[in-house]
Amino acid sequence: MLKTFTLGGVHPPENKLSAKEIIKELDIPENVTVPLAMHLGVPAKPVVEKGYPVKTGQLIAKGDGFVSANIHSPVSGKVLKIDKALDVSGYKKDAIFINTEGDEWIETIDRSAEIIKDFNLSPEEIVNKINDAGIVGLGGATFPSHVKLSVPRGKKAEYLLINGVECEPYLTSDHAVMLERSEELMVGISILKKALKVNKAFIGIEVNKPDAIEKLSNIAQEFKGISVQPLEVKYPQGGEKQLIKAVLSREVPSGGLPIDVGVVVFNVGTSLAVYEAIQKNKPLFERVVTVTGKSLQKPSNFKVRIGTPLIKLIEAAGGLPEDTGKIINGGPMMGKALSSAEVPVIKGSSGILILKREESARKEVGPCIRCTMCVKVCPMGLEPYLLMTMSEKALYESLEKEKIMDCIECGSCSYICPANRPMLDYIRLGKNQVGKIIRERKK
Amino acid sequence: MDSVILDTVLTLSGLGAGAAIILFFVAQKFKVVEDPRIDEVEEALPAANCGGCGFAGCRNFAEACVKAKDFEGLYCPVGGNETMAEVAKILGRDAVEQDPRVAVLRCNGGCESRPKTNIYNGAATCKIASALYGGDTDCQYGCLGFGDCVEVCDFDALKMDPLTGLPVVNDSNCTACGACVKECPKDLFELRKRAKKDRKIYVACRNEDKGGIAKKSCSVACIGCNKCYNVCPHDAITMNNYLAFIDADKCKLCRKCVPECPTNSILEIGFPPRKDRSAETDNDKNEVTSGEKEININNNKEV
Amino acid sequence: MNKQIIISPSPHVHSGQSVEKLMYGVIIALLPALLVSIFFYGKGAIAVTLISVASCIIFEFLIQKYILKTQVRIHDGSAIVTGMLLAFNLPSNLPWWIIVIGALVSIGIAKMTFGGIGNNPFNPALVGRVFLLVSFPAHMTTNFPYPQGISTPYISHIDGFSGATPLGIIKEGFKNGKSITELIGDVPSYTDMFIGKLNGSLGEIAGAALLLGLIYMLIRRIITWHIPVSVVGSFFLFISVLWIFSIDGHNIIMAKTSLNIPYISYTNNEGALVPFHMADPVFHMVSGGLFLGAFFMATDYVTSPMVPKAMIIFGVGIGIITGLIRIFGAYPEGISFAILIMNGFVPLMNRYIKPKRFGQTN
Repeated sequence: MLKTFTLGGVHPPENKLSAKEIIKELDIPENVTVPLAMHLGVPAKPVVEKGYPVKTGQLIAKGDGFVSANIHSPVSGKVLKIDKALDVSGYKKDAIFINTEGDEWIETIDRSAEIIKDFNLSPEEIVNKINDAGIVGLGGATFPSHVKLSVPRGKKAEYLLINGVECEPYLTSDHAVMLERSEELMVGISILKKALKVNKAFIGIEVNKPDAIEKLSNIAQEFKGISVQPLEVKYPQGGEKQLIKAVLSREVPSGGLPIDVGVVVFNVGTSLAVYEAIQKNKPLFERVVTVTGKSLQKPSNFKVRIGTPLIKLIEAAGGLPEDTGKIINGGPMMGKALSSAEVPVIKGSSGILILKREESARKEVGPCIRCTMCVKVCPMGLEPYLLMTMSEKALYESLEKEKIMDCIECGSCSYICPANRPMLDYIRLGKNQVGKIIRERKK
Repeated sequence: MDSVILDTVLTLSGLGAGAAIILFFVAQKFKVVEDPRIDEVEEALPAANCGGCGFAGCRNFAEACVKAKDFEGLYCPVGGNETMAEVAKILGRDAVEQDPRVAVLRCNGGCESRPKTNIYNGAATCKIASALYGGDTDCQYGCLGFGDCVEVCDFDALKMDPLTGLPVVNDSNCTACGACVKECPKDLFELRKRAKKDRKIYVACRNEDKGGIAKKSCSVACIGCNKCYNVCPHDAITMNNYLAFIDADKCKLCRKCVPECPTNSILEIGFPPRKDRSAETDNDKNEVTSGEKEININNNKEV
Repeated sequence: MNKQIIISPSPHVHSGQSVEKLMYGVIIALLPALLVSIFFYGKGAIAVTLISVASCIIFEFLIQKYILKTQVRIHDGSAIVTGMLLAFNLPSNLPWWIIVIGALVSIGIAKMTFGGIGNNPFNPALVGRVFLLVSFPAHMTTNFPYPQGISTPYISHIDGFSGATPLGIIKEGFKNGKSITELIGDVPSYTDMFIGKLNGSLGEIAGAALLLGLIYMLIRRIITWHIPVSVVGSFFLFISVLWIFSIDGHNIIMAKTSLNIPYISYTNNEGALVPFHMADPVFHMVSGGLFLGAFFMATDYVTSPMVPKAMIIFGVGIGIITGLIRIFGAYPEGISFAILIMNGFVPLMNRYIKPKRFGQTN
């Protein structure tokens, strides 16, 4: 019996079109737009001004406060302006525009291909260096990594979980990283283990990636305390709480964090970024992005600089098809539809999905027939049909009692609903409102 | 047979009498002593329970009025000065007067002046759409047009204009309860002082983009050109983030700013058509007055 | 206009599941039983089903279009399901106008007055059936035609070829002081009853075919096992326990194991002490509408609970109430009433019985 989480879950078609594609490096674009808010928390503060010359890897914006992250220039050139630009949030927000000139990296970065396995920094030094490198969760949540590594007093981490599940259909960037950067990844995991002072790390991988499981299992034998855990294919296994349940059979309490059950979860992409930051002094300014879609000519995995307009990636994958209906930053279940292909790649962009017109439109909404499918598939044991009704009627107190804040917004309910009810739309709205009420109460 | 009927009547009457006695004592025991003035004040209130005063309903407002020493922060926008005078009389205090106000929509980007650039396909409410992105036009500040405000209006003072896709305020029904102000996720409603004959002049735009960008996304956007600011003789206009704002308290409704606006984003409503002074501004004015007439007609229809 | 990008909140893909697919799945699951019915009752089964389905669809269409003035949704198949289930609960020789009245009550009163699909608290087909049962008792209790083969014409009047169902015969027999050994000869063999060779409502007779339909629905994941298993299971247990304490159960157990379990006796209306008679559990399983009710009526989405735990309580309630009515009630069969009674508790259960939450601490 393969391990998996117990409550709910769905099986959307996997459509991993780019699974066999090796990571290609994309040409550096002429202009990059680096949003100041590409992480969860307070936007970074720019430390450059219009006209400043910058080098690749140079700090251009400093994290503002504890939950925030540094931003480094992804290219060398001149700062064109600091102005509002449309980003993946759907709104125009402050960003640094840089005109590319050549590609001159700051001297401290080790650009050799050699894999350095030894490290002798103390846990505190590791956390500081990760903070300096501006590393955030690359799975999509973009939570600053140094915050996760700073275990609060009174709590203790027992296990490190590495999320190689990639349960979102279509996306393959983590898969590609696991196959092509296996050894660096392992070193990164060892560094994270040391930073957290834990002895054991598990890499959770779904069995639809047998090559990655095999390769990492082999390499893991060289590293102490790292093992690979194959998992049954089920969405949303990549959710932190579901992954912990699947691998360790522990349940994060309602309203709690993974550290409450002694676990810290990192994505494979983040682990690789940690390796590069610690061993190569390379801050986070590029990442692997999947560009995919049934109508695309060449679905691919690209290594791109942060701030590259999405359209450049789409062009490299064969150009934007005529019948494009949706451009999505992320996967089809949790990704965000964009109104323009000009928005830049950010730290949390794991993939770009192009949907055809006929795949894009939602179907007509019917009345709820109480078929209980949404209750059955909810991985958090909630009742989405009820939450939607309450949210429509603005019954915020009841919503809080029904645990709306536990919702992980995985979209399984809307995905399965035979009446095509937009449950997650309303649940998200209710969650926002209840969140506001809770914050006000705390004040 | 007779005894059955008699028995029944006796038993039931006995039960009824017993229950009545119990109820009498229970009612005595749990009697709540309440200031009778609360009922009187509540009687005087409009009983709309709209929450415009900031309390959950008229009863709560009445309780607060009776409890408080003066009318500091207590005002019923729906009943207005008349109601407050009545309440003051009941409580034997001096009434506070407030200028009556009316809601205006600070967006005039109808379908023609603000072209759609993408198709929204989610649940059709403004709140959900605005949580997702800037909107289906290039202006991220403007009206989304799903009518959340119409839904919350208790007084039938708002309706969607199918031609422009924008909500229209019916001045005679609007009580300035503020429900739409709270509801609008783009914060487009403003409660402005009511002037004579419901005349008003305001900047119907909240676009804080630079002029060029604003103009590109919407032909009636405020582009922050400062022309109105320069011409205003009463210092009623302020400029912030490329956006003009007319302070209703300072504005004397002189209408000097209106023809200055190159994008017609300043609306004048309730005025008689003005005489043409020059051919140059002819077109602009016609547009403005025609737009204004349309709104007036709508208002009249609803009245 | 057409070139514009579409924006919507996530998720951006859909399973392709639809109300139509679910409803047509139920219809497919009902077909084996319908075929068996046609095989035994002939044209009567076809006629009753067609009249019922057609009038349900027409009433739903008329009400949606002209009274409620909402979107017409007859394509979703729910009216067909209601029509088929109503027909399955009727004898195959029922006059057409009674069927039409049943359909009007089902759709017009039980479904559309509450706002149509998804909002009705009681199972529409059952409301229609029970309405007919209390309004036309002669047609609905002692007038079930005997199975006579596929070529039987649709005879819509009471004639010599019909009678009470086996459950009715047993109930009436016990009332007249007969024992089970005297009565067992009057009813078909258990195998005949299981395959459907008995007189009864046209859909309830074919236990084997209904079981096939249940397996189909479980495989297609149209329903879960909770309600059917808990209804049938609790009914069987309840009946078995009662039977052990009846004189008939007592005699059989004595004969086989020589265990002397006391049996219940009671004083009848004439003041005489009589032993408690009861048919055995297997008879109760294969006769009557237990399977039809447990598999197709109790599992109706709209009128059953949302959470597995509540589904089991709901099912057990139906099983026990059915048993109580069959053994002690005035009617020979009680599953319709049992389901309707438990339907009434569903809103309460939905409110207070919550699914197991992830990370629940207490």
